[in-house]
Amino acid sequence: MIRLSISARQALAKLTLPVLIAAAFGLLLLGKADALLAEHARMALSDTLAPIYGALAEPLARFRGMLADGQRVLTLSGENARLRQENERLRRWQSVALALDAENAALRADLHWIPDPSVSFVTARVVADAGGEYARSVLLSVGPNHSVAKGQIALDDRGLVGRVTEVGERSARVLLITDINSRVPVTLESSGARAMLIGTNGKQPRLMYWPEGTSPAEGEPVVTSAEANAFPAGLPVGTVHYTGPNAAEVEPAARLDQLAIVRLFDYGLHGVLPPEASARPIEPLARADRVLPGRR
Amino acid sequence: MDQRTPGIRPRPSLGRQLDAVARGCFPVASGALLLLLLAAPLGLVGQAELQPALLLDCVFFWSLFRPASMPPIAVFVLGLLADLIGDAPIGANVLMLLIVYGLAVHWRRVLARQGFLLVWLVFCGVAVVAAAFQWALGSLLAFALLPAGPAAFQAALSAGCYPVFAALFSRTDRGLAAPEQA
Repeated sequence: MIRLSISARQALAKLTLPVLIAAAFGLLLLGKADALLAEHARMALSDTLAPIYGALAEPLARFRGMLADGQRVLTLSGENARLRQENERLRRWQSVALALDAENAALRADLHWIPDPSVSFVTARVVADAGGEYARSVLLSVGPNHSVAKGQIALDDRGLVGRVTEVGERSARVLLITDINSRVPVTLESSGARAMLIGTNGKQPRLMYWPEGTSPAEGEPVVTSAEANAFPAGLPVGTVHYTGPNAAEVEPAARLDQLAIVRLFDYGLHGVLPPEASARPIEPLARADRVLPGRR
Repeated sequence: MDQRTPGIRPRPSLGRQLDAVARGCFPVASGALLLLLLAAPLGLVGQAELQPALLLDCVFFWSLFRPASMPPIAVFVLGLLADLIGDAPIGANVLMLLIVYGLAVHWRRVLARQGFLLVWLVFCGVAVVAAAFQWALGSLLAFALLPAGPAAFQAALSAGCYPVFAALFSRTDRGLAAPEQA
């Protein structure tokens, strides 16, 4: 160790904090100027941590299951009655669905319908809630030889979760539809009107830019729209819910607060997400605007 | 180990020196470990806000009562870790924690001698300022006004968690994290 005089050592100790604060400012500017560098650093750490979180996931899931079981025991009989009713209702719907399915198949055969290409998907475990306070995203653990790519669509068993924005060696990050930077072009199912679904970091993203005259109705189902070539049409997103006059929000169909496993679909769409601009907040909307017809 | 004060002390053998180093590392290591644990999907209520709250409590307490175990470079690394784990703009947590560290070290001659209640009151002020600072920085970097609700919640959570963490930390401060007991 280098021997320094006491006064020199004291001066050095006094300098440390200002130098580090200056370095923090430098980091802020660097992270803002070079989003790619920040993304690489983030993914390197995620890659290191993903296997650890992956190993933790199993006992954690068991722990949460135990907690949920404990809660369920208390409401067992009420839940049972409710489920029996629901089962009856669903059985009626099942017969309707089977009849419609048969009819649909017959009609398609008559029309020589070209079937939609089946899409490939991979399933991944959510290992960390990476969002923090001012962002909503989750970290997925994917194997070393994965086929996950940016722009793939994440769905859980009920509906749209978000889109893959960062991909590393063994982890990937999914930006949830509730994130403040998330913009999803959607269609209101009953009226057929187009709108934008805009995240607010709250539980329910906001619905905006619907055409004049067709305001979304309470409880109306919302699905994705193929506009801007970022999402395929018709993925379930959620239902409209008004929280105030003219404040239409969407209750997400996916259970975003308790994601455990998501499926990543590769629709081969690269409309909105440019490879380097995922960390820039303004970009997605700007790009979407550019592709919207009638605004050029 | 403090060699300046006169007195009889055990010979500094290798084992004892290692023990002292391990005890000195405890505050930073426990902070980093808790930070990593809180990023796992535990399904806790307010987990997103608990992370910065924990960091703030940890840095404030240790820089006030045992600054030798919480050097500024460790504060820097903890902040950077939090930024990289979360989706915060890189450097935001670092800057906030360094400022809190500076304040705590600046006030420690007066504050460390006060009772718990006064320290807590001061910390409440620090938590509010830190949350407001982070919110302003986040808004500036995103070129948009972020909702202020989470920031207020974070400030309240950090202030509310402080007694719990302080009780835990002060127990370890006298035992597990005391290099002079090695």
